[in-house]
Amino acid sequence: MANVTIIGGGVAGMAAAGVLTKRGHEVTLMERDSKLGGHVGKWYKVFPDITDASEIVDELKGDLNGVKIKTNADVKEIEKSGKKFKVNGTSADAVLIAAGFEPFDATLKEEYGYGIYDNVVTSLELDEMLKTGKLKTKDGKTPKSVGLVHCVGSRDEKVNNNYCSRVCCTNVIKSGIEIKEHYPGTDVFCFYMDVRAYGRGYEELYRKSQEECGVTFIRSRLSEANENADKTLLLRVEDTLAGKPMKINVDLLVLMVGMCPSVNAGSLKNSIGLETGDDRFFKTKNKHSANNESNIPGVFYAGATTGPKSIVESITDGRAAAAEIHSYLS
Amino acid sequence: MTIDVSKWPFGVNQDNQVDFDEADKSLAMAVKAKDPTLKLCMGCGTCSAGCTAGALTDFNIRQMFLLLNRGRNDEVAEKINNCMLCGKCILGCPRGVNTRNVILTIREVLEK
Ligand code: SF4
Ligand code: SF4
Ligand code: SF4
Repeated sequence: MANVTIIGGGVAGMAAAGVLTKRGHEVTLMERDSKLGGHVGKWYKVFPDITDASEIVDELKGDLNGVKIKTNADVKEIEKSGKKFKVNGTSADAVLIAAGFEPFDATLKEEYGYGIYDNVVTSLELDEMLKTGKLKTKDGKTPKSVGLVHCVGSRDEKVNNNYCSRVCCTNVIKSGIEIKEHYPGTDVFCFYMDVRAYGRGYEELYRKSQEECGVTFIRSRLSEANENADKTLLLRVEDTLAGKPMKINVDLLVLMVGMCPSVNAGSLKNSIGLETGDDRFFKTKNKHSANNESNIPGVFYAGATTGPKSIVESITDGRAAAAEIHSYLS
Repeated sequence: MTIDVSKWPFGVNQDNQVDFDEADKSLAMAVKAKDPTLKLCMGCGTCSAGCTAGALTDFNIRQMFLLLNRGRNDEVAEKINNCMLCGKCILGCPRGVNTRNVILTIREVLEK
């Protein structure tokens, strides 16, 4: 029986903990928040089946019998001596970093007006509005039109994030469907460069959003947003399929923020000499066949700590990492 | 033997397809050699959305880059001087294309 410490109690960390405890290891799961679940634990409905995010978290929690759970445990460094590790005072034979991601800070895209204009919100705030049944502009009215902006903080050299965050396209589609189903009188416009709906059922969701819900997709990238006197927003894009600049007003503008590395990734890396890629996410030993291993034997990765992932991918990755750890310890 | 279609007793439409094998890519290549940032253009239209000239005329800077890449050099030459070189387009480009310099480079290469 060996000790395994998992850093991060989101879906990847929980999935890994569930497998490792069943294999008979002593598992300590450290979560910086006051409860398990990570980002998924805060969300409302998730694609592709528009399921309740809380159901996923509850199911994963059901597998954690015997796991030592430490909440409010922010881990900034790992100590190593010989083949042993120490994390926040707990010793371990293997460590799994499942530190997840940080949503992109939308204030960095100043031209989009987040934090400046009343009716510019992030995808996280939209989710909260849908969860509480209050899709409203700042002055309390149901918006007649909503603009959803793809790739905010992703695929953008200007904010030093060249990578694609992978899930936001499908999140746009899902959000569009939710808005149209609950507020049929609200128009939804999506400003996209490419629709990257890559997973099983995602393209079907894209079709549904168009065919059944009437969500409008405009191939463009938002150049700037300006606030009108009535607090609606004037958007400037080029409709690149028509080849003409376009202006369009919306009551509410939603920025689909991408994923950035965990705020602790840098200090964890420096504490024992781990490696990160150009995108600042942790670098795995091999992108194909050793995608859960780090450059240090005994330290493993799972979930969005190695780059943007969907929920199912994070769970699968957590379980794959658990299998690798089990082999390492046997 | 060449067939003289004008002698045929019925009209023949010109081929509507772009013959990309025959397209003249030399201008695009020369421009990219001088300013390689153009290679990164993904056609998103951030530049053209905010373009000062594009708001008032049918000048479209994103389309200039596309026409260049497709070898439609006559159209590029005809329109490229409509840019006022204000430099606004550089501010938004998510791919770091040095748009203003690319425009200047196109003009320079065309002059030769
Ligand atoms: S998934 Fe879509 S919205 Fe998100 S970064 Fe990639 S292309 Fe942009
Ligand atoms: S903003 Fe940059 S990437 Fe987008 S079309 Fe213009 S030059 Fe190309
Ligand atoms: S530099 Fe030329 S292409 Fe760029 S915004 Fe100004 S007028 Fe438009």
